[in-house]
Parts: sequence; structure tokens; C-alpha cells
Amino acid sequence: MEMFLDYLWVFLIGGLVCMIGQILIITTNITSARILVTFVIVGVFLEAIGVFDYISAFAGAGINVPIIGFGASLAKGTIGAVKSQGLLGIFTGGLTATAGGIAAAIIFAFIFALIFRSHTKK
Amino acid sequence: MKYDTVKFKKQPKIIGSYSIVGPKEGQGNFREYFDYIMKNDFFGEKTFEKAERKMIETAITGAIQKAKLKVSDINILVAGDLLNQIISSSYAARAFDFPYLGVYGACSTMAESIAVASTLVDGGYFENIVCCTASHFSTAERQYRFPLELGNQRPPASQWTVTGAGSCVISQKGAGPRVTMATFGKVVDWGIVDVNNMGAAMAPAAMDTLLAHFENTKTTPDDYDLIVTGDLGKLGSEILIDLMEDKGIKLGLNYSDCGQMFFRRNQNTLCGGSGCGCCATVFNSYIMKKLQDGQYKRVLFLPTGALLSTTASQQGESVPGVCHAIVVEAYEM
Amino acid sequence: MKKNEERIKAYNKYVSAKVPKTKPWPTLFNSFWVGGVICLIGQGINDLILFLVPNISEQSAWAYTLIALIFIAAFLTGIGVYDKIGKFAGGGSIVPITGFSNSITSPSIEFKSEGIIYGICVKMFTIAGPVIVFGVISSALVGLIYYIIYLFI
Repeated sequence: MEMFLDYLWVFLIGGLVCMIGQILIITTNITSARILVTFVIVGVFLEAIGVFDYISAFAGAGINVPIIGFGASLAKGTIGAVKSQGLLGIFTGGLTATAGGIAAAIIFAFIFALIFRSHTKK
Repeated sequence: MKYDTVKFKKQPKIIGSYSIVGPKEGQGNFREYFDYIMKNDFFGEKTFEKAERKMIETAITGAIQKAKLKVSDINILVAGDLLNQIISSSYAARAFDFPYLGVYGACSTMAESIAVASTLVDGGYFENIVCCTASHFSTAERQYRFPLELGNQRPPASQWTVTGAGSCVISQKGAGPRVTMATFGKVVDWGIVDVNNMGAAMAPAAMDTLLAHFENTKTTPDDYDLIVTGDLGKLGSEILIDLMEDKGIKLGLNYSDCGQMFFRRNQNTLCGGSGCGCCATVFNSYIMKKLQDGQYKRVLFLPTGALLSTTASQQGESVPGVCHAIVVEAYEM
Repeated sequence: MKKNEERIKAYNKYVSAKVPKTKPWPTLFNSFWVGGVICLIGQGINDLILFLVPNISEQSAWAYTLIALIFIAAFLTGIGVYDKIGKFAGGGSIVPITGFSNSITSPSIEFKSEGIIYGICVKMFTIAGPVIVFGVISSALVGLIYYIIYLFI
């Protein structure tokens, strides 16, 4: 039962975040690049004011899978690195924390670009 | 009075026309009129750009054949398309052994090339000129919008670039519908910035050309069996009707728009078809057929073009439109 | 010139009243449940990793989860399915990390025809580039603020 509730929260929060994105698309006609940028900045902000971890505690993937989570780990990495390395952390922290995701995106994009070619939309 | 309308004394004939479309277009409303429907959008080529080029080559060859001419009879090719530096037309022209005039009027290119060709033929300088334009959904999409595989939604005012090429042969002699008049249009910009709303950006240009045409030729909408715009789409053609009504001219049931008619309702194209290929294929198949059958006696064909580029719109420029009109009349013995 | 501006204003007003609007409710609903399901899949993968590799740190488990999602999205983009999901779900498939993966994979595939260096590699970040730029700059800004705060406490 507890697990079911956990998953329900994931679904509800994740869906809500995505729906906010859709509301932005409908009302302002913004492109997907702008949507992603907006949500990354929101993630950085949520982490910076220390709210992200509270949401993450009960929303799990619902807040970590949306690109907000990516922004939050950028900020978390930077803050952590600033704590341990000082000024250098501002430069090294963010990308170190998100290196896995960015590298994965680059590697898989490259591989699949070699394999596949684009399909015409119907 | 300033005259932007040309009346052709010798009335050049359209003696052959050919249209080729992609598979999705082949399921649209005009499917039985097209000469050739491709099995897939690659047309046996490696890239979409090469496919578009091959479509142009096929259309030109087809139109010359249908005109019962030989390639050596052609004096000049007048062609254009949507890609940067109109590469599809220019590269297709490499395959032919006649001079080439590249024209660019975005989606109005079909009328522009026919008007230019008719002027040259009417002047007695050339005997046979072949006109051609094409557009391809996938090449236009990557140049003007987003990669095909990007998972985004199309805004409701957007239109679907038609994959297709149309070509026709304009000649001094022979039998076929006659080009009797042409009105060259001004570039008109009423400040629409939304690049997804081409219809609204181009409608003022259509109005401008239409008003000039009616004034110069002393005709009214009732003098034509069909007044047809190119790719204003559902929204743009409604706007044009409103704009004309404001000027005191009522466009009735004889007005329609190629883009609006092109696809069926269930084909998910939102505001309809667009692109050079949209009006080019409809003109060179459906409209030509009806003119040859005598169902239409006099057609006013005025496709509009949105002269935008991604660079200009990213710099905040609005979308200018242009519209050229030609009058085509059925052949009389 | 003034008259021109007035006309532009009036015409834009007229057009924006006439533009068809997306019917909001179906697309909002679709984006909600598709987005929710993508997050559920993420949670499922995460729980599976924690179950299979009990000693793994929470942070590493999340990293694996995201990498798995990025892989799935890149694959679906390659076979031409992701754009159909996107057309249906809109924000539901743009906002999750899978949308980020799609925005990197799709131009790579699209511009393959211009070669590996000038096609795939150069165009790879045409859409997702701003995300990384803004993410890095804003997080560096946050880092700077924290650095100054730490100086004083």
C-alpha cells in the first residue's frame, strides 16, 4: 500500500510538472528549447533555496525525471563543490554532477544518428 | 495611372503541364488529378534535398513530354523553390541543356515564373519556355522549423508544406489554355511576426494584388469562374475575404484556396497545405484539367509567398508577403 | 508612418482574435498522464536498480536511471516513435529528461546527411545547447552567491 502511494505521488507530481509545461506551450506558443531552459532554471532555483530536497523526498522520480531535476543537480553539484573546493567549485561543480546525463545524451545521440535516418512525418 | 498589369497580345499557351506529389499528398483531395504519386518521400535518393531535385527534373521532363516537344525545343527554364539559394531548381537545371532563370517568390513562385515566361514569350523573344517549382515537406521543415524527429506539437495556425513539384510549358504556338493577363505584386508587410501564421502574413499581399488587378483590368470577381489563391490556408483565406469585404469587394463561391482544399480533414494538417508545391501541383493538374475540359473559362490564379528567412525572423523582423496574379483562359478554336 | 503603425496594430489585433486556439483540455490531459507515466517508468527503473544492487548510493542509482531514460528516448527518437509521442503529449514528453535526449538526438539524425563532423557533431546541440548554457550559468551564479555567503559565516 505504501509503495502504491509512493508511485501515485510520482505520477501526480510528474504529470503536474509536465502539464505546467503544456500550459506554457498553449498560452505563449514557446518552443521546446525555451521550455527546457525555463524548467532547468526553475530547478536551479528550487535547489538554491533548498526546497528541492523536500519535494524530492516524497515525489521521487516525479521531480527528478523532469528536466527540473537536471537543473537541481547542477545547482547541488555547484553548491557542494563550493563548500569543499571554494571558488573553483563554481566552475567545476555543476557539470561534474551532471556529467553522466550529458555524456549519455551525447553518446547515444551519436550512436543512433549513425544507425538511423530521419522519417518523414505523416 | 500606374500599371502593374500586363495584357498579353499574343496570349501564350500552356501546352503541357505535369505534377508529381509525395505519398501523403497522394491521399489528399486532388489525388486522381496528379500525374505521378511517389511511393515514399526519398524518391530513391539518399537525402530529401536530392529527392526534391529529382522531383523537379521529373516534372520538367514530364511537362515537355506532355507538350509533345523535344528537350531541344525548349529555349529557357524558369524555376524556383524554397530552399536557400534555390538549390533544388539550380541543381536540377544542371541536367538540362537549356538556359536557366532562377526566380524566388517563395510560395508564389509558380505564378511568378509563368508571368515572367509569358512576358518573354509574348514579346516574341522565345518560343517555348518551361516553368517549374517544387517544395518538399522534409527539406522545408529542417530549414525553417525543427528536425523531423523532435517531439513537439504544431501550433494550430500552422500549415503543412506540400511535397510536390509542378511544371508547365509556355509556348507561342500550339493548343492549350491561354495566359491572358498578369499582375505583378508589391511586397506587402502588415507586421505579422508569428512565423507559424503564414496565412495572416500573406493575406494583405493577396488583397493588394487583387485590388490592383481588378482596378487595372476593370473586372470584378464575377468575371472569373475561379479565383484561387495559393496557400493562404484556412485562416488566411478567411482573412482575405474579410479584408476584401472591407474594401467593398465580395469574394463569393468562386473564390477558393489551394492550401485549404489540398488535404482531407482527417490528415491532421491544421490550416491546410502550403509551399511552392501546393499551388504548383494543383494548378498543373486540377485547374489545367478543368480549363482543358472547358469547365472553367477564366481562372484568376494568385498564389502568395511569405518572403521570410530564419535569420530575419530571429532578428525580430516581421514576415513580408508578395502575391502575383495570372489570368488563364480556356483555349478557343 | 504613424498611420502604418496603427494599421499594423489593428491588423495584429484582428488576426490574434481570429487565430484558432488549441483546445486546452485534451492536450493538458494528455501531457499530464504521459508525463506522469514517464516519471513512473523512471521511478520503476530506480527501484529496480536499488533492488538489484543494494549497495549502490542513492545518487548513483539516480544517475543510472537518467542514463537509462536518455537511452530509451534516444532509441525511440531513432526509430521515429518519439515525435509521435510528442505530437500527442506536447509538454508531457518535452519536460522530462527524455525530451532533453530527444532534442539532442533529433538534430543529430536530421543533419546526418551533412556528414559526421559538420552534420551530426555541429548540429547536435542546436536545440539543447541553450539548456546546458543556461543551466551552467545559473548554477554558477548560485555557486557564487553561496561562495559569498560561506565567506561571511
